[in-house]
Amino acid sequence: MQVTSSSFKENTRDALSNPTLQNSLKRLHTGFVSSRARAAARMPEFELLRDQARDIKDHVLAHLDVYLEKFELQCQAHGGHVHWCRDENHAKDVVLEICRKANAKTVTKGKSMIGEEIAINDHLEANGIEPIETDLGEYIIQLRNEPPSHIIAPATHVSKEQVADAFRLTHSDLDPARNLDEPDNILAEARAMLRNRYLEADVGITGANFLVAETGTSIIVTNEGNGDLTQTLPKVHIVLASIEKVVPTLLDATALLRVLARSATGQEMSSYTTFSTGPKRETDVDGPSEYHVILLDNGRSNLLNSEFKEMLRCIRCGACLNHCPVYGAIGGHAYGWVYPGPMGSVLSPGLIGLQNTKHLPQASTLCGKCEEVCPVRIPLPHLLRSWRFLIHEQGLADRKFNWGFTIWAHLAKRPKLYKHVVGWLIRILALGALNKGRYKYLPGLKAWTQTRDFPAPQGKTFMQQWRENEDV
Amino acid sequence: MSSSQPNVALFVTCLVDLFRPSVGFSAVKLMEGAGCNVSVPDAQTCCGQPTYNSGDRKNSAQIARQVIQTFERYDYVVAPSGSCAGMIKEHYPRLFEGVPNWHEKSLNLASRIYELTSFLVDVLGVTDVSGAYAAKTTYHDSCSGLRELGIKEQPRKLLAGVKGLKTEEYDGTETCCGFGGTFCIKYSEISDKMTTGRIDQLTSSGVEMLLGGDLGCLMNLAGKLKREGSLIQVRHVAEILAGMTDDPAVGEGKN
Amino acid sequence: MFNAREKILNKIKAGLDPLQSRAHREISVETRLSNPSKYVVPKRAQLNRAKLVLLFEQMAEEVAATTSRVSSVDELPETIIEYLNRYNLPSRIKTDTNPLLNGVEWAKHPTLEVNYGKAEDNDQNSITVAFAGVAETGTAVLTSGPNNPTTLNFLPENHIIIMPVSRLFGTYEETWAHLRAEMGNIEITFPRTVNWITGPSRTGDIEQTIQLGIHGPKRLHVILLEDNDEETG
Repeated sequence: MQVTSSSFKENTRDALSNPTLQNSLKRLHTGFVSSRARAAARMPEFELLRDQARDIKDHVLAHLDVYLEKFELQCQAHGGHVHWCRDENHAKDVVLEICRKANAKTVTKGKSMIGEEIAINDHLEANGIEPIETDLGEYIIQLRNEPPSHIIAPATHVSKEQVADAFRLTHSDLDPARNLDEPDNILAEARAMLRNRYLEADVGITGANFLVAETGTSIIVTNEGNGDLTQTLPKVHIVLASIEKVVPTLLDATALLRVLARSATGQEMSSYTTFSTGPKRETDVDGPSEYHVILLDNGRSNLLNSEFKEMLRCIRCGACLNHCPVYGAIGGHAYGWVYPGPMGSVLSPGLIGLQNTKHLPQASTLCGKCEEVCPVRIPLPHLLRSWRFLIHEQGLADRKFNWGFTIWAHLAKRPKLYKHVVGWLIRILALGALNKGRYKYLPGLKAWTQTRDFPAPQGKTFMQQWRENEDV
Repeated sequence: MSSSQPNVALFVTCLVDLFRPSVGFSAVKLMEGAGCNVSVPDAQTCCGQPTYNSGDRKNSAQIARQVIQTFERYDYVVAPSGSCAGMIKEHYPRLFEGVPNWHEKSLNLASRIYELTSFLVDVLGVTDVSGAYAAKTTYHDSCSGLRELGIKEQPRKLLAGVKGLKTEEYDGTETCCGFGGTFCIKYSEISDKMTTGRIDQLTSSGVEMLLGGDLGCLMNLAGKLKREGSLIQVRHVAEILAGMTDDPAVGEGKN
Repeated sequence: MFNAREKILNKIKAGLDPLQSRAHREISVETRLSNPSKYVVPKRAQLNRAKLVLLFEQMAEEVAATTSRVSSVDELPETIIEYLNRYNLPSRIKTDTNPLLNGVEWAKHPTLEVNYGKAEDNDQNSITVAFAGVAETGTAVLTSGPNNPTTLNFLPENHIIIMPVSRLFGTYEETWAHLRAEMGNIEITFPRTVNWITGPSRTGDIEQTIQLGIHGPKRLHVILLEDNDEETG
């Protein structure tokens, strides 16, 4: 997927002036935020489960090599194939190869962030194979030729009118006079159009919410059932998973599943949670005859060995996005790559480098709401700060601000000089407000006074007055 | 550790020191009224949070050392700001992780630093304050205070004792106001969107006054309220609790 | 491909070895796998059987599934016909070949056309027997096998699940324990597919409006079979 994170500021402006997006963001926020709160309140054990979920992930990360090897062993024992891929190019080639061997003409796909990360759709298309997104949200953005704007609800930024437009444009064989005003009509059309694609597909590609080491199983969580149709009907089932998705046992997976849906959408459990292990057995009546799991690294082994290790706990629930006031203001596209919001701001620099993504860790007030709702308690604000330390050390920060802070620090370390210099500045600022108590415009603070008045200082500083009182 | 008169040092914070000293005096009044012996060490300027959040650990550590040394000999160090207290409590130890001697010192200071309302309620057990003020008000929970230090009930408990004051919750109380230090300058459009959200919620709540424990947030919210022509007044919670409301509200002049 | 495998594993090992030796890690993992950790289980699901049935019904209805009860398999044909009539559905079902249904006298109801096996595109109504149920969230657990085609759970518009009450548990954990007990060594005998189904298919992708029946079944009906329970003491 093309990276546009370096144009974060421009992206932001576009997002803030887009009324359709702003309406969608309001809806998203009220929906998911209140649902999660309800689900958490309903389960007294929720907080303890979050601690346990965190511990499961930490344990796995501390033993990742052993668990991956165990997963591979068990997957193979059930007749599956495991493909270890270093990076996106390697993974793309492996997937293409499997599809070619299967003489695939069309491939159905469940929602997969790894699929986005490696841009598999473009690669398949470039090689004469048609990928069809089956998750309704992914289907919508595929028609609109856009990236997802949320990791759970990829088309959240699209209005129902825009969906109808996309359908009219693409489903050109249908009666142009048909009614697509209501979601029900749109839904019926999507169901009908995609049904044939499911039945025709030669290969089905899904993501994986978790991999289970003890049985060699991949787990997908959907509400639509699209992942299930994708992975059951075609001859070949390919699972795209990154290496940190593995968990030890079914019981571990179960504990994590309890916090996943509740954190993501506020559901007690998603409609479909599916555990897939190998191809169909000889005596099975249906199912694929081949099962392939792509284990993708793409920078994660680097993160494992860094101060950002805790980011690998992430179970991709999207709670941090839903609760983040910055995401809530600008939406997902502004972040410029696959992963938006707080988790994207920590993960993206680790996967595609700080040069392109330097705005992301900085565009945060570090309010901490993300950490408050993260089911695996990732210390997101501190990880954002850790990226800021690196931004500073690598000289990637804004020059103007750097200068400003250097001067501030210089003064702050010298209390006497500080009181002298800053004291004078404050005095001037106080007097300059002419008893109005605020400034409508301040040359050094244009960014503030463009939209806000700037409260003026009261007069002498506290330290000046305190000293004067003491001298008396 | 403490005798009948705890030795408390006021960490006034740069914003209070420079922009709104009346908050500092209110804090002193509250603590002296609760039986503390309050000092104001001279060599204080800033806690180092601005440079820290901008990624400059080196300068932050240098500032932090100065703070640690200045406040070494007091039973308690109290700041009328959740973010400054949070910086010292949570982040000084991180700054000095693995640094012999300084790590212990930072942990020591971390164990003695408090935000003002938390100090009054949790440490001193204050239940009553002298202030009286008739107004319909609400308290905005600043992010660091709320999430790093757990400041939530303490200011509300104290406000409940202010005669004539009616404190209600508003929808945006736990949602970031958009200040975020340099964030409001660097990403000013996003910041404005966030601040506007809070202003809309405040306006629909029907309150006459907004209170809070962090001057950065209060200056941000007051600045936006004033720009929008709102009549909602903004004060630091210390001013109301101490009954020191002669000075104009934040962003208001003597006219 | 081997190259990639070794490269990835070596990278991981390089990061972990300084903290703990590989040998140590292997022991840790083996211990953990042979003695799987148990986690907190919601109290709400720790009830007696009668209460579990009520909880299951309540939770299933919350997610827009419907439920009904029968006291023997003989009642199934009538219940199913009544359900199909209620929604004006064609009188044709595709059912799995679970032994539980062996004794059902479908022939006594000639208006109902019964076929067996995996689902085809034109199958509108499917009948499957659950491996187990989870009252905690109103979830049905279905496993693939020679008698249980997975496509029956997803292709047809209307899905009816038969759930013997003796197989209804409070929590998912109990269903895993039963799966282990019945399948033997699940490290090599795990089914191709285990489905947890909680309500019909749904989406919120169009302006966050929840709609049912996007790809999977529009309707989910669970028939609780109050069978002779020898297990509960």
